[in-house]
Amino acid sequence: MKLVKAIVRPSTLSDVLRALYAADITGLTVSNVRGHGGEVEVVGTYRGTTAKMELQDKIMIDIGISDDFVDIAVDAICKSAFTGNVGDGKIFVLPVERVIRVRTREEDMAAVTPVR
Amino acid sequence: MLNKMLCTLAGLGLLMPLSAFAQEAEAVPAISGADTSWLLISTALVLLMTPGLAFFYGGLVRSKNALNTMMMSFVALGVSGTLWAIAGYSIAFGEGSAWMGDFSMSFLTGVGLDPNGSIPDLLFMGFQGTFAIITAALISGAVVERMKFIPYVIFIGLWGLIVYAPVCHWVWGGGWLGELGALDFAGGAVVHVNAGVAAVVAALVLGPRKDYGREALLPHNVPFVLLGAGILWFGWFGFNGGSALAADGIAALALVNTLLAPAAGVFVWTLLDQFTTGKVTAVGIATGIVVGLVAITPAAGFVSPGGAIILGAVAVIPSYFIIKWRTRTSLDDSLDVFAAHGMGGIMGALLTGMLASPLFTEDGGLFFSGEFGQLGIQALSIGAVAVYSGGLTFGILKVLGMVTGGLRAESSDEGLGMDLVAHGEEAYATGEGAVLLNELEAPARVNGIKNGS
Repeated sequence: MKLVKAIVRPSTLSDVLRALYAADITGLTVSNVRGHGGEVEVVGTYRGTTAKMELQDKIMIDIGISDDFVDIAVDAICKSAFTGNVGDGKIFVLPVERVIRVRTREEDMAAVTPVR
Repeated sequence: MLNKMLCTLAGLGLLMPLSAFAQEAEAVPAISGADTSWLLISTALVLLMTPGLAFFYGGLVRSKNALNTMMMSFVALGVSGTLWAIAGYSIAFGEGSAWMGDFSMSFLTGVGLDPNGSIPDLLFMGFQGTFAIITAALISGAVVERMKFIPYVIFIGLWGLIVYAPVCHWVWGGGWLGELGALDFAGGAVVHVNAGVAAVVAALVLGPRKDYGREALLPHNVPFVLLGAGILWFGWFGFNGGSALAADGIAALALVNTLLAPAAGVFVWTLLDQFTTGKVTAVGIATGIVVGLVAITPAAGFVSPGGAIILGAVAVIPSYFIIKWRTRTSLDDSLDVFAAHGMGGIMGALLTGMLASPLFTEDGGLFFSGEFGQLGIQALSIGAVAVYSGGLTFGILKVLGMVTGGLRAESSDEGLGMDLVAHGEEAYATGEGAVLLNELEAPARVNGIKNGS
């Protein structure tokens, strides 16, 4: 099993979700996060106070997934989150020690297999 | 009644058949303290409607466009308000021809403290100015989340002079629709049909938002929508009540009708919501209030309170179903300006032709006189305003698009949100991770980012 952590632009979230669902990847967690990836800085001005927004809103998607599905997920995210500009995001793939489904106490592969 | 209205409204000393009331006013051409104080209050009430509209519209868009949407209303306070004094008022209420006024009162030449009816001329100008402001701001609901800001500002400025002011002249300034006897107490055709048709044309010219039809574009702050609807209703008492241009019985009638028609409209909207979707929605109630207010606007001083209840209840029904239908089409009139204001105004103007009471108008509408004449005139006024507004809105936007190099923001800017792109501000900035820039480096960086407008 792997944990796929993808950080993407908020404006691409709908497309990413659609692409993941199309690839049969339906178990995921989405969080609003803020981060910086070297993109063009956004400058705001409030009554004479000028501020550089170092941190930008991003979306983090966590997907616990079996090894066979990792490439499919990565491919789907890369295609759907792409705009071509700096700041499109990153995908991290991490090893996972154990996965437990709370409702049934199924573990590992059984726990990340979608319920039909 | 109509002649009374025109006399006091136009206040240009036009010799019209005079009723008893007008003769009194003529005999004593003096300023009435009571009338003046009510119009002073009404002017402030109507002005507040534009910030109210900003909240109504601002709550309906996504958070990344909240400021831009509210700014589209607020900027009208500046642009449309100033241009009204410079030329708009003269085009609308100058003597001119049947089609438009003239430029004799440009820069408020000759607009002073002398009586216009029973209130100071200057106050009449100011009261009418608040109408010009909100009418222009209403259109913004059709172009939110995608139109560049500066072209928008130029558009509403031109629109106020080229479209609003002449139409205002047709009906209220001694123009041809007023002469024909069109009944428009506070702006069903002048304000709402006018803005509603302009909105649908603007939505067609700009095209849909890039996410329209692909994502659910949900309101980011429904409490704002309710707050805006409440402020609009509050201000509308000045809009309709003040349009009596006096603190008299007709003002009371208009104000009570402005209470009752939206109440009936909300009641019917609630039932429609319950029976078609199974739930009564907050955005639905806010919309029902606005449609009810729009519908009673042309009728406020012409129908009885019972007529107002019927009018409000009937008028909201087409708007309800147009909104349901519109969201499934490719027409991205984003905040349903046409359904609320265009359709509401059309229903209100037509129902005025049916429900106008012989107590408050010369002959009364269809249901009292049995004659279709008034209804025909109402239909003609709707058609004329729609054709003029639609045609010229299209022309202004097309020319403006060529001159400014495109009315729409870049697709990537639309994704980022118009708040940051057009204004460099966010509605809900946390301040986390924001680095203060000193004056030396700030300008360069400001110019360094892509400027949306």
